[in-house]
Amino acid sequence: MVLLTLALVVPLATAILTFLARRTPGLQRGLSVAGAAALLAVSLVLGAEVVAGGPIAATMGGWPAPFGITLVADLLSAAMVVITGVIALAVAVYGLGEIDPAEERIGHHTLLHALLLGVTGAFLTGDLFNLYVWFEVMLIASFGLLALGGRPDQLDGAIKYVALNLVSTLAFLAGVGLLYGATGTLNMADLHGAVPDLDNATVVFTTAALLLFAFSVKSALFPVFFWLPASYHTPSVTTSAVFAALLTKVGVYALIRVFTLIYDAGMPLIQELLLVAAGLTMLTGVLGAAAQNDIRRILSFHIISQIGYMVLGLALYTPLAIVGAIFYIIHHIVVKANLFLVGGVVKKLTGSEDLARIGGLWAAAPWLGVLFLIPALSLAGIPPLSGFWAKLVVIKASLEAEHYVLAATALVVGLLTVYSMSKIWLEAFWKPHPEPARAAGRGLDRGESWALLAPIVGLAAITVLIGLVAAPFYAVSTTAADQLLDPSAYVTAVLGARP
Amino acid sequence: MELALAVLVGVLTTCAVYLMLSGNMVRFIFALALLSNAVNLVIFAAGRLTYAAPPLIADGAKAPADTVANALPQALILTAIVIGFGLLAFTLVLVHRAHQTLGTVEADDMRVAEPASDDDEAR
Repeated sequence: MVLLTLALVVPLATAILTFLARRTPGLQRGLSVAGAAALLAVSLVLGAEVVAGGPIAATMGGWPAPFGITLVADLLSAAMVVITGVIALAVAVYGLGEIDPAEERIGHHTLLHALLLGVTGAFLTGDLFNLYVWFEVMLIASFGLLALGGRPDQLDGAIKYVALNLVSTLAFLAGVGLLYGATGTLNMADLHGAVPDLDNATVVFTTAALLLFAFSVKSALFPVFFWLPASYHTPSVTTSAVFAALLTKVGVYALIRVFTLIYDAGMPLIQELLLVAAGLTMLTGVLGAAAQNDIRRILSFHIISQIGYMVLGLALYTPLAIVGAIFYIIHHIVVKANLFLVGGVVKKLTGSEDLARIGGLWAAAPWLGVLFLIPALSLAGIPPLSGFWAKLVVIKASLEAEHYVLAATALVVGLLTVYSMSKIWLEAFWKPHPEPARAAGRGLDRGESWALLAPIVGLAAITVLIGLVAAPFYAVSTTAADQLLDPSAYVTAVLGARP
Repeated sequence: MELALAVLVGVLTTCAVYLMLSGNMVRFIFALALLSNAVNLVIFAAGRLTYAAPPLIADGAKAPADTVANALPQALILTAIVIGFGLLAFTLVLVHRAHQTLGTVEADDMRVAEPASDDDEAR
């Protein structure tokens, strides 16, 4: 299928073209936005194709599966690629109003599209070693974006981010190597058949544990999340937003993919580990957020607590819970990116992200208050916004699975999320500015307000849409979960019909 | 032979973990090099150690006549070496730059990105 290749070629070509155009900023910006829009268009066509006809696959270089590298899109992959396209367009436009021209010149656009390439590749690959390679593409691009600008706090954050992520990729690589040694294949559809046939339980558990560790670091699960709050508040807001939306979710996607297709998340010990990690991730994330006073640091800790809900959905491993996890990812990516983007406008208007040094925004810019409240209330799970349905499904699933403690944790964490969001609301919007002379702040000029506000309004509209018309999104999540729990269509698409 | 490799992987991993726990970023770079080599050896050993011939097929034949070595693990290791080398080079430059900018290579002293804590005031 040419669509699958196109979803990778578009960001790759955009990355190369923006690099070549680095001496003409106007052209570079145009290419960046056009590339992101093209990625969204391709992803929508791909999504429509998969919704209509089920999983599609393509082999690279003419080597048939399971020998060559396969690209494959089932509904989960396709949905993730669509949402990547949405975020790509949002941050590409937002970057026009926010990124420092010096950072544009030394490669912001190129690295952004390289990052999108890695993310899309990770979602679409059907080969475990290839997944490792896409992770590395994503990682090296994110290193560049994080350190771009070279301010002291950025280098500080980058060191911690780089160190912990590199250790996790080595664990991933070791797991892949051992799994290949045991099964003789790296094709994920082929592994689906091969792993249950292994009679050596030690090998199965060791490889599962190595992959679990690696993806846990990527998705910032308790207790290996420390790289995230150390670094996410240091780069430009555009970069923070794309990291917050996509990077940890690639980790969650990998967890879901590997622990439904290759292993099953219900296997002994792994399930217990996932359940405990999910509960503690929700709790530590939200408690960490409560202690922070910087907008982006609060939001970073909330990423961690929200990851807990998604992994809880996987860990429960019931059909409803997987539906909840998928719905949660879709909702969360949009909301989280939007909150970071709003935080960026707050910083632009007031000159700071430190809640103690800002205020009075409700008087100065009430429209921004409304735009903040939509994703903030959705994050906390207030009906009828998207977060309410996402939380409802996950909590209902944990009640049905009789994990009452986890259900209670999820509810309490929702409540504490309201606390953090109202803290930002009260400090940044409601209270008067601590220095009345600077209360008015600076306004946005015309070009800036288009670039900064259009993505925020667009993402807020999606959040409201998911909330008010939840049924089609829920239906997509249900079908995606069905395909995960019974991957016969996925396996047939990759390996062909087998007798 | 497998036993020797297993011991070597164990020694490399032990050294790497020891170096990483020191908190010095220069030692961390050495640890990273050791650990990625340990992982490469794991892949190598997982691909079975044989004294077989190279996987070359004679002219006109469709399959190798004898047992041949498995070339795939070596391809995986090559890929991993290339990626690992790139990342190691990046980390080296990053640590160098951090040393220039922050004046330290000790992870514990890198507190610029963190909010000021009570410990800092006590110092």
